[in-house]
Amino acid sequence: MQETPLTVPPIPPPLQADPPGAHQRKGAVEGSATWSLTDRIGLAICWTLGLFFCAIAIAIVLYLMIQGIKFLRPEMLWTPAAAGFSESETGGFSDALFGTMIVATLGIALALPTGIAIAVWLVEYGRPAALARITESTIEAIAGIPSIVLALFGTVIFSSSALGFLSRSTEGIVFGRSFFAAGAMLSLVALPLIVASVREGLNSIPRHVREASYAVGKTKAATTRRILLPTCRPQVATGAMLGLGRIIGDTAIIVVLLGATQNFAPVEGAGFPFNYLRGAGTTLTNFVYEASPTGNLNQPQKAYAAAFVLLLMVLALNAAVDVVHRRARKAGTWSH
Amino acid sequence: MEEQFQDEYGPKWSDQRVERMLGALVCGVVALLLALIVTVFVRAWPSFSHNGLAWFSSSGSVEDQLNAISLSAQTSGEYVYTFHAWPLIWSTLLITGAAVLIALVSALFIAVFIVEFAPEWMSNILQPVIRFLASVPSVIYGLLGVLVLVPFIGNHLVTEQQKASVAGVISLTGYSLMAAVLVLTVMIAPLMVSIFSDGLRAVKPGWLEGSLALGVNRWRTTWKIGVRSARPAIVAGTILAVARAIGEAVMLAMVSGSVAFAPNPADGLIFVYEPSRPLAPTIVKNIDQLSSPPFNATLFSIAAFLLFSAALFSLAGWTARRAMRKYLMP
Amino acid sequence: MEPLTPDVSDFRPRIGGAKSDTPSGPPPIRRIPLEDPEPATEALPPVQNGNGNGPAPHSSGFTAAKRSIKAPQFSIRRMEIDDVSVHYGAKEAVKRVSLPVRQGEVLSLIGPSGCGKTTLLRSLNRLTELTSSATLSGRILLDDVDITEIEPTLLRRRVTMVFQQPNPFPMSVFDNIAYVLREQGSRRARKKTLEPAVHSALDRAGLFEEVKDNLDHPALKLSGGQQQRLCIARALAAEPEVLLLDEPCSALDPKSTQVIEDLIVRLRDQVAVVIVTHNLQQAYRIADHVAFMYLGDLVEYNSATALFGSPREQRTREYVSGAFG
Repeated sequence: MQETPLTVPPIPPPLQADPPGAHQRKGAVEGSATWSLTDRIGLAICWTLGLFFCAIAIAIVLYLMIQGIKFLRPEMLWTPAAAGFSESETGGFSDALFGTMIVATLGIALALPTGIAIAVWLVEYGRPAALARITESTIEAIAGIPSIVLALFGTVIFSSSALGFLSRSTEGIVFGRSFFAAGAMLSLVALPLIVASVREGLNSIPRHVREASYAVGKTKAATTRRILLPTCRPQVATGAMLGLGRIIGDTAIIVVLLGATQNFAPVEGAGFPFNYLRGAGTTLTNFVYEASPTGNLNQPQKAYAAAFVLLLMVLALNAAVDVVHRRARKAGTWSH
Repeated sequence: MEEQFQDEYGPKWSDQRVERMLGALVCGVVALLLALIVTVFVRAWPSFSHNGLAWFSSSGSVEDQLNAISLSAQTSGEYVYTFHAWPLIWSTLLITGAAVLIALVSALFIAVFIVEFAPEWMSNILQPVIRFLASVPSVIYGLLGVLVLVPFIGNHLVTEQQKASVAGVISLTGYSLMAAVLVLTVMIAPLMVSIFSDGLRAVKPGWLEGSLALGVNRWRTTWKIGVRSARPAIVAGTILAVARAIGEAVMLAMVSGSVAFAPNPADGLIFVYEPSRPLAPTIVKNIDQLSSPPFNATLFSIAAFLLFSAALFSLAGWTARRAMRKYLMP
Repeated sequence: MEPLTPDVSDFRPRIGGAKSDTPSGPPPIRRIPLEDPEPATEALPPVQNGNGNGPAPHSSGFTAAKRSIKAPQFSIRRMEIDDVSVHYGAKEAVKRVSLPVRQGEVLSLIGPSGCGKTTLLRSLNRLTELTSSATLSGRILLDDVDITEIEPTLLRRRVTMVFQQPNPFPMSVFDNIAYVLREQGSRRARKKTLEPAVHSALDRAGLFEEVKDNLDHPALKLSGGQQQRLCIARALAAEPEVLLLDEPCSALDPKSTQVIEDLIVRLRDQVAVVIVTHNLQQAYRIADHVAFMYLGDLVEYNSATALFGSPREQRTREYVSGAFG
């Protein structure tokens, strides 16, 4: 806050015998010494809980890493599961790994365009206002629905004969479980996150940018597509990655809608890749569930290994979100 | 000649057309949600209509009832729908209530700690840790629970004497209320901590500075002014956590036990070791029976109850936040 | 009454000159001579304002309507600022300032933006310690006790502050005042016991008549001027010895400003008042002593009439005549 005075000459520096700050004293800084007893107990609880929380988090991560590294063998990643007597003979979980990737791709491919479209409509159009409010509530409601309920709904939809082409159907009975079905329902899980993130991005663009574009005769659609959405790339990426994180972590929908198999079970008579996508399969989350004592397999070592791979994927996504945030912050905003 | 001055997209993508298309998409999503609600309740109706209000009561073992239902579909006789869900509801209430309570108190203290009292290096470590914990899939929590916590409880915490005392009714193997509550608390706490800390940081610094300038110490300032102003965020975070806890199916299926038993606090302290089965895991555990019509109705009735509860809590939270706005808005 | 000269001789302005003539060794700490432990009361000269003859002629070029406040009846020295410097990191915000703060009069700190007035004010109740890069040297005494030796929360109850932006807490009017009273006691007092204190604080701030019908009204719904008076009432509820005001009227409309200015003048007998303002007219209206600060230096300290009427320093003359600001 240096001011350039108009007429006053600069002040000569003071002749000081000591460098500035030499006489500084901390004095009675506010410690908790004078607080009442309840206040001090409260602070102690804060510290205890904070440290305890840290300890739990570190313990979880370390334990999973240790167990994962102990049991994960690289061939697990490309060997499909097979029947065997002892756990070391049962192969790996490559089908589960690919399954996760397939279901994630399907889910995001459905959720991302839909989410962006909804966000654009909410921010740029939004008429009539009642519909906008209803839409906001709908998105919030979808976010709050337990995924098991979404899964049950999915069974109803995909068991209908109209959608029989999306899953295995034999003699008029539609099986209703397939990658398509799971991917579609998982997109609902990611949708609210994408909508929220893109909305935030669009809202943060000041009005004058849009007005400048309209003033040269561009339509709203062109403005959105050419100017606004490219600016929102960080938010779109963040939303997509958060959605992706939720998709690959979801188990309930997979268990219900993907069929309880360990390997791919492609549909006969259909061409690649639809035979796989219409068939049943498994993902990492489903694999961990089945391999745990609660599931059918009871192979705790492979469960740890698969859990470790899943954890790494989640960590990678989190780190990517961080990187995107940091780069977006460095790139600056519109405000200058 | 006019073509050169036309917008590159031309009249094909006029604003009106785009708006109509987007509007149709939005209406489609709203219709999808409505379809979901209608479908769930329609599918659930047979179970409700056959049981009436007794659906919410408790009589008989849920296991037996479920067996009877599935059996009735296999024989060619009439379908049996008898289902009394109270043990499941009670388990859900206990587990969700306990977990949310513990997580709420802990998350509040931890959020206050991170925002106000932790040294900076500690806050910088805790932020990504919390974000990471919030994004760990629930099945991994379940795995840790079933492979670490459950054996620990079953082998080290429950004494032989306690096992013998209830041997006639139930077996205490470590799949218990305690395991479920502990894992669920760790699952929902990070979410609450991040929402609470956002709320605390959004408090107007002028209020905090004003309170300090009046001679109130930092602890009281943080709680009486900061936490009080952040109450809407606290309510929002709690509601979100409750919704997540109620709908948690997979983790609880792994950890809470396979018996639809209703833990009874009157049993004394031993009740924390008793197994239970809340509503959502029941669906997951019985999902292979989905194709038989009476079972289908039963499972959908449970789903309808879950849906209804989630909606109820959201409404309660929205009302609470509106009531708080009176003092916070100028 | 025989006019006595105001006791300003001890406070020569420091403009970059060393206090002592010795080129080596640290300069001696200026001690304010307090011969008797009893607080000295000094009568200040009556305000010269030519009643009924229009504005008094000023040789400084400063023009304002006539001053209408009465001369202060007494003054008791409450705080001493002794050779204080405040650094934010390497930058020096306040350069070796010494001032007295007296109960019974209003001390106004004036000067253009960014010249250390607010920093000096905030150092009086140790709010500068909230900024981690701030260091303070020199001494500030409250009733002859160094404030660094008093617990900060206790100090801030004796030296309270009102900020530029009214910041009433998001509670009812009653709770705002009761907050101060409740948090000072160790036991939570009942509402009934707090009522008299709350009413008296509101009364002293001149707000009681306007809000007495509904003390549970949310404080944020009051008008700007009422909110600021509520903040003053809140500050008074702590029964302070010194009241610090940081440009309290800059966010308010003229009518509210006038109400608050009258209030401040009324309060000067009960508490020592230090007000920071960049509005020269306001300083002329309400202050008894004025300290002009520029770029961290205390340029001139004098009674209001003297400083505005015939300032000693060239820079003061230029500032009050509007040459810069």
